Amino acid sequence: MKNRGFSPFRFLTYLLVIGAYAALQVLQARSELSATMRGMLVPICAYVVMAVSLNLTVGVLGELSLGHAGFMSVGAFLGTSTAIALQDRIPVAGVRLAVALVVAAIFAAVAGFLIGIPVLRLNGDYLAIVTLAFGEIIKAIFNNLYLGVDAKGVHVSLLEDATNTAETGRLIIQGPMGIGGIQKISTFTAGFVLIMISLIVIFNLVNSRAGRAIMAIRDNPIAAQSVGVNVVKYKMMAFVVSAALAGSAGALFAMNYSTVVANKFDFNTSILILVFVVLGGLGNMFGSIVAAAVLTILPEALRPIAEYRMLLYAVLLILMMLIANHPFVRGLFNRFKRTGQIQLEAGADETEGEVA
Amino acid sequence: MAKLVPVPSGSMVPDRDINKKPVLECVDLGISFGGLRAVEDFNIIIGPTEISGLIGPNGAGKTTVFNLLTKVYQPTQGTILLNGKDTHGMNTMQVNRAGIARTFQNIRLFDNLSVEDNVKVAMDAHMKYHMWSGIFRLPGYWREEKAAHERALDLLSLFSMEKLANIQAGALPYGAQRRLEIVRALATNPSLLLLDEPAAGMNPSETAELMENIRKVRDTLQIAVLLIEHDMSLVMNICEGICVLNFGKIIAKGTPEDIQSNPAVIEAYLGRKEGGEGA
Amino acid sequence: MNFIIQFVNSLTSGGGGYQLLNHIINGISLGSVYAIIALGYTMVYGIAKMLNFAHGDVIMVGAYVCFYAFNAMKLPEPLAMCAPLLAVCAAVVVCTLLGVGIEKLAYKPLRAAPSLAVLITAIGVSYFLQNAALLLWSSSPKVFPSFFVIRTTDADGESVVLRSVQLGAVSISYVTIVTIVSCVVIMLWLTWFTGRTKMGKAMRACSEDKAAAQLMGIDVNATISLTFAIGSGLAAIAGALLCSAYPNLVPTTGSMPGIKAFTAAVFGGIGSIPGAFLGGLLLGVLEIFAKAYISVQLSDAVVFAVLIVVLLVKPTGLLGRAIREKV
Repeated sequence: MKNRGFSPFRFLTYLLVIGAYAALQVLQARSELSATMRGMLVPICAYVVMAVSLNLTVGVLGELSLGHAGFMSVGAFLGTSTAIALQDRIPVAGVRLAVALVVAAIFAAVAGFLIGIPVLRLNGDYLAIVTLAFGEIIKAIFNNLYLGVDAKGVHVSLLEDATNTAETGRLIIQGPMGIGGIQKISTFTAGFVLIMISLIVIFNLVNSRAGRAIMAIRDNPIAAQSVGVNVVKYKMMAFVVSAALAGSAGALFAMNYSTVVANKFDFNTSILILVFVVLGGLGNMFGSIVAAAVLTILPEALRPIAEYRMLLYAVLLILMMLIANHPFVRGLFNRFKRTGQIQLEAGADETEGEVA
Repeated sequence: MAKLVPVPSGSMVPDRDINKKPVLECVDLGISFGGLRAVEDFNIIIGPTEISGLIGPNGAGKTTVFNLLTKVYQPTQGTILLNGKDTHGMNTMQVNRAGIARTFQNIRLFDNLSVEDNVKVAMDAHMKYHMWSGIFRLPGYWREEKAAHERALDLLSLFSMEKLANIQAGALPYGAQRRLEIVRALATNPSLLLLDEPAAGMNPSETAELMENIRKVRDTLQIAVLLIEHDMSLVMNICEGICVLNFGKIIAKGTPEDIQSNPAVIEAYLGRKEGGEGA
Repeated sequence: MNFIIQFVNSLTSGGGGYQLLNHIINGISLGSVYAIIALGYTMVYGIAKMLNFAHGDVIMVGAYVCFYAFNAMKLPEPLAMCAPLLAVCAAVVVCTLLGVGIEKLAYKPLRAAPSLAVLITAIGVSYFLQNAALLLWSSSPKVFPSFFVIRTTDADGESVVLRSVQLGAVSISYVTIVTIVSCVVIMLWLTWFTGRTKMGKAMRACSEDKAAAQLMGIDVNATISLTFAIGSGLAAIAGALLCSAYPNLVPTTGSMPGIKAFTAAVFGGIGSIPGAFLGGLLLGVLEIFAKAYISVQLSDAVVFAVLIVVLLVKPTGLLGRAIREKV
């Protein structure tokens, strides 16, 4: 078994992200990127952040979450609303974007905390279904939420527009219509910075007392309690950090388009991100990044075969799982692992010999 | 070996502990699972530097006593006083922070963490730096992590395991895993260490080494040890007081010599001879 | 009969009472469909310990097969009454084969794999079925035929189609009656099957402990296949019933009922057959009530919120067993 979450490829991961960013910037400068590819740069960044943040919950904390898109939704709506509300006060797009991403992270963190209170009391599949339920609840709420801003402040109403937003103000979230007329202020560079920040936060968290405790809880919750680890606190910490990063990713994603609707962040999106995490490897941030990028580009790359592409995508998904878990392939992996283990055991015997 | 002397409540502790406050005092402790009384009327006093044993046939309720002391199960009756403080209403984490650390019969390590990290996890309650210090690598992080690293190696060296620090715990051989569990428990700074079958699966030379180590731990850290063990040579060798459990009840308490000659104990282990002659 | 009508009339003399009764009946009807789907979910979970996310899409396939079989059938008049039944039978056969095929090809090789790998595979199968349906049957909605109607002639000799039976002020559609009756029959049959038959007992043994069951001479592979067969057959029936009540058929028809039924199974305690039945019914009634009395748009949110509350009070669902880890 590799040391999950404690990736030895940490610096390689930073290098990969920086290298990819530099290479794409060069290609863009030489205008060698197709229009589709250029349009996908920000969504790829958003999905990468979604994947690494979900990996914190699923891979490092070891709890299955089926509602990660809910946090993306919270960030997308509230972050974008913030950006729109501040449009006149902060004229510099980059600063406005940064503020919006921070606000999105804070709101998503609060949502993560509130959801975490009931969710983290449950175990296994029951926990998973409650995260699914929360994802659906968040979707239903944003589908029916009206939010307007005017001189008198923020007005919110549910189901129908009762916000009475003044003519001079603006009705930002319009129920099922979502948010329209968004200024596309998300940039590839902002996406790159967000990925780097997410990686620093996750890697440094994982390689500190908090990360050790979180992984201890994953490996053996009873033993963790028995050595005085505050299980509730650390589960919540992982869950909230994961939610906050997803919130920023949501805001980044939303401000790459002119409109955003709640149905974009549904169960299927949560599942899509989970697929990135599982294919990339639990606790393996490097893998999550590669999986998120490749699987976001893949459907586009399969465009020449048009209507068959999603079918092929499904087949590839199943085949990847079958091959990765095929006895032959597993045996191959195990052989690598065993070579490692023999060395370990030899080392152990040596020490025992000294003692005896 | 220390002489056992009675404390005011009638129980026995080693003579060197007589004027000190007992580390553990159980009064009428018990639990029932849906009508079945797994443990009842469990009374015991343990001195602050005493090594004592909890023995009894399979299914006697020994591990259940450990689970009650560490609040894995909440007792349905009785009181547990830890250093004179009632642990009523505490959970497993709080009991540990109040001073009880344990090992498990079926080893429970953090398999995917390194040996050193297993020990450091147990120091978490004593570490203070904040999540943000960790994320931003502030001075508090470096200072405390350095101290934790040194302390982990110190503790590992008690069991000669410092060379294994970077190995993944799940990959350790069985005996080393058992020793690591003890080190991890010690890292929480306990005043009472509970060992659940520490010698299980060990060969005689490993057991002898373990006995030495348990004594060494008690002497260097000045803590009490309560152990469950089936290996009678170990129990009779290092335990000062022994408590025998059968069908959830204490059937005998005393020094190793007392216990070895106690008819009730012999009967519990070997069964009654036909004709009622006793064994 | 007169008495019943009078009773119903008295109950429903006020408009509110009439509506309440109507909502209850609609809720039980929708709940019965959820229950039938949830039974399939829960049986597969019980034995394979996996969340079969493709289950909802098997429902969709069942509905399509039923649709095409019914339209293709040109039976002479006296036999035309049997057409719906034959169409459902065709759907059951196809879905049973599909279910067993999916298990053999996609899930069986992953028996020893981590549960997340199986989950992702199930999601892959779900995508596959939806996109295959999109290619085969296009995304334009099919209007599902009215199965459960009685064709007769009135006094003037005009042919009329009866869709519901009138009980005083309450009209209950035939679809509703057929749905509720099917659900009860299926539940009773499953209870008998798992409790009394050798195969059913083998199924329960496998869900407790596969290795021990194998040592007792039970063919674990065959038992798992049988479970998938029954679950998928039930999904086909659920598909036909669902689309008879809500006749809009598209390749994603199965997704949301699938998620809801999954929720129902957890609600009742996943792995428990009576739990799935109870969870399905409660979820259906809850959904209709939320739609009627709170808000149509927020009904899903209300349903999921109640689920969360129930799980907080009973962390393993209404009838689920708590498994305590041995320390």
